[in-house]
Parts: sequence; C-alpha cells; structure tokens
Amino acid sequence: MESNKLSRVDYIFRPETNRLDLLKRVMSKDKDDFLLELIDSGLKGRGGAGFLTGLKWKLAKEAAGDKKYVICNADEGEPGTFKDREILDRVAGKVLTGMALCGYIVGADEGYIYLRAEYRFLSPKLNKMMAGINEELKSIGLNFKLGIRYGSGAYVCGEETALIESMEGKRGEPRNKPPFPVTEGYLGKPTVVNNVETFVNTVIIAEIGYHEYKKLGTDSSRGMKLFSISGDCSKEGIFELELGMSLADFVDEFGDGDTKAVQVGGASGFCVPRKKFKETIIGFEGIPTGGSMKIFNSSRSMYNVLHNYLDFFQEESCGQCTPCRVGCQQLYKGIMAVKRRERPATYLDELVKLAETMRFASKCGLGQSVGNAFVSIVENFREEIVY
Amino acid sequence: MSNTENFVKELADKYGRSRESLMPILQEIVDVQNYVNDEAMVNVARELDLSAAEVYGTASFYSFIETREMGEYIIRVCKTIVCDMKGKEAVLRAIEDTLKVKIGETTPDKKFTLLTTNCLGWCHKGPAMLINNEVFTELTPGKVVDIIESYMHK
Repeated sequence: MESNKLSRVDYIFRPETNRLDLLKRVMSKDKDDFLLELIDSGLKGRGGAGFLTGLKWKLAKEAAGDKKYVICNADEGEPGTFKDREILDRVAGKVLTGMALCGYIVGADEGYIYLRAEYRFLSPKLNKMMAGINEELKSIGLNFKLGIRYGSGAYVCGEETALIESMEGKRGEPRNKPPFPVTEGYLGKPTVVNNVETFVNTVIIAEIGYHEYKKLGTDSSRGMKLFSISGDCSKEGIFELELGMSLADFVDEFGDGDTKAVQVGGASGFCVPRKKFKETIIGFEGIPTGGSMKIFNSSRSMYNVLHNYLDFFQEESCGQCTPCRVGCQQLYKGIMAVKRRERPATYLDELVKLAETMRFASKCGLGQSVGNAFVSIVENFREEIVY
Repeated sequence: MSNTENFVKELADKYGRSRESLMPILQEIVDVQNYVNDEAMVNVARELDLSAAEVYGTASFYSFIETREMGEYIIRVCKTIVCDMKGKEAVLRAIEDTLKVKIGETTPDKKFTLLTTNCLGWCHKGPAMLINNEVFTELTPGKVVDIIESYMHK
C-alpha cells in the first residue's frame, strides 16, 4: 500500500466565508445532487468510526417521519483527543453552519450540540453565537433552530445511541443497533449524529467543491484530518494533516527522536511499536483515528500506559453488558496480578483471549475496542507487562 | 413549601416536565448546590412524575452529577496517561498537602472537594484540572498551590 506524503494543510481553522451565501447556494440546488456530491467526496465521519457521511445524511433524508433531528457530537472524551474543543473555540460558526446545512438536506428543523461537561467553559460563547445564527437562518427562510445540551462526565456518551439516551434524560447506556439513529434516534425520530469536525468538513466541501476535496488524502481516506498530538513530542498540539501518511513520517515530524511507540486513536485505538512505524498508514486503509496520537519515548513504561487505559475503561464502562463490565475489571486486575507475581506470565494469554471475546461479545464500541489497546500492548511489550 | 421544593418546581417550569428535561434540571441543581441530595431527587421525581429510583439511577450514572455532599469548589485533576506522564502525581500531592485532604474528600469547611477525573482534553498542556467549570493547564506543584490559595480567599 502506498502512503501519502506527510503534508500540513489549512482548511479547518480558515475563517468562515459568508455563511448565508453558502447556505443560499446549497438551497438553490437539488438536495439529491448535493448528497451525491457529498457521497462522492468520500468524507467519512471524523469521530473515529468512519461511516460515509453523505450516506448517513441520505438515509436520514429518506427515513419516514415529519420530525427529524441533527445532533453534533461534542462529547470528545477519547484520551488524547482535544481537537473538537479547539474547533468549537475557534470556528464554532462553521460547525453550526454544517448542522444547518444537514438540517436543510435531511429535512430536520432542530439541531443540538451535545457538549461534554468538561467543556462547559465554552457554553457562553456558543449560546451567544447560536442565538445570532438562529436569527440569520430565519432571515433566509431556513427553518432550523440550534440548541445546546450538556453531558455530565461519561465517556460512553460519545457513542451515538448512548448520547441519545442521555439527551432523553436517561442513563447513557448504548442501545442495540439496528435500528440506527438515522431511522430511530432522538425521541424515536430520524436523527443524524455527526462529530464536530465532520460538520466542518461538510462546509468545506460545500465551499471548495467535492472535486477539490477529493484531491486531498488517499482513495480510502479522503480529505484532511485534525490530529491531537501529545506525549513525548518535539511539538505538541493540534495539527491539520492530509490523511494517509505513514507513521514513520509522522514520528519523524513530531517525535522527540527517541520514540518507542505511538498510541493511534486513543485508549480505544492501537499501540504501534517502532518496528512497525514504516508499514503503518494513518487512515482507513491502515489504522484509522479520531485524531488522538500519543507518542511514548523509551523512558516510558508500557505497563503504566496499559494500566492507565484499563483503569479508564473499568471506570467508564457503562456496566450494562457483562463482557465489558466484567471484562474491563478482569483485564485491569489481571495485569496487576501478573506484575505482582500472583499469576504466571502465561496468564496474559488468558487475558488476551478475554479481550478477544470482548471484541465480539460486547454491545457497543467501548467494550469492542478495549481489546485494541490491550492486545497490541501485550503482544508488542509483553516483557514490560511481566517484569 | 421547602426551599428545595420551590427550587425544583422553578426548574421544572423552566425546562419542562418531560423525561428529556431531567438532565438539564439535574445539571442546574449541581450548578447551584454542587450536588443533588436525596430531597432534591425526590422532588424532581415528583415534578416529572418518575420514580425516585429512576432519578437516582440517572443521576448516579454521571460522574459530574454527584449525589453525596460536595464542597463549594470541586477540583477535578486529570489522571489520564499524558497528564500522568507530565507530573499529575506531584500536582495532586501538592493539593492534598495544601488542603489537608485525600482524593475523594471534602475540607471540613466544605469549601473544597478533591477528585480525579478522566481525560479533560488538554493533553498537550498537561497536567490539567478543573475547578467547577474553570480550566487550569500546564500545572506545577507551585502553580497549583497559588491557584488553590486564590480560591481560599474567594
């Protein structure tokens, strides 16, 4: 597989062009034409799961029902991810425009940002901006009203059906799928749930056109992506890069020269050791990421990293399904038992089997992805876990 | 009518009495009282025509909706990996020494509660913490003591 060259781009944080002109231009065209262009752009959801955004909107548009909702998932809780906060801080107008655009296309008249409690400091600014945009939308005859709802500190609510449950005033426990939110979402109505960055991407596509957009990235990973880069770095922070680069190029640019491993995609992502940097592509053809890139140098104990992640998961598992609830606790206790010599090193093989079972037996993405970090750290750094 | 009863009724008037009003109501109670006590939950249940168990079940699911008594200022120090690598342990010790409490405890004057929390989304500027809704980043033991002391005088 060919990797792309690492290249910095600047679309996301570019100041918004005229919002109303953009919306009016879209409103003057056929909705289905816009959807085809969005699908053709290749844009996949930026939260991490990577569903084709255009297809999601199309399904919601075609879903039966006179009441529909648009939800912006700003429950950015994946360890190591902080790009949505920056977007909402610097270019929230683009997010709201993207939501209005979505509302127009799918036929929804209400949109909500679901903002995590940890980002409550953003709410005065967002509320003010929303009030202004609501008036603007009215002035061009777009029947769409924006509002905001808050999370209260639950990682699992980043999962779209848990988020919807939370908005409905319930425990944030994921639903069985299907039905998917595009047909039965908030209050049982067709609902589009997209990540903050995804909405910005839809505005960029409407602005520059899908032809231009398609020139960025690779066949499987179109476009640009914000990366939240932290850990043992030469430079940390938020960087906008074209998708599809190799991890080796990434580490050359952002590592501190002594990089031992990179955790791609946060606690629910994969740990890649140095020997695999060259062959690893960052994108949907390799390892996809919601943007979290944590770099570890040789001074770091991968046992501590894994212990930290498992502590995180056993706290954040919603507890609804047994594989995840019990599995997270047993993995967490298990590596500590091996470290303390209460269990033999071969017990790790049992734990790997448990993590593999959680992958297909858990109800939602949380439990299904605990095995990603667990197996990739245990397989690549076994001696650090044992000794 | 007790104060709590009145307060909860006002919130129900403001946010509505359907199930989806529950989170905004609980969140505003937390904003005002720092936690949701039994009396408040029973009143919310009555206003929204839910069982008290449903209200407690929802409230207790969320780590930012506390159901036990909290201090006026809730300090939440991020314990996730990058903040950990950048020295959150020393920051926590400095807070513990200054306030003379351990993680999970509230000071006797009910002014501060010290908690740890999962990723706050400031990894590139860790260690990070929240005091109620306010964010503090790039903490050091010295800096955090100054911050806590400034809150002591509030």
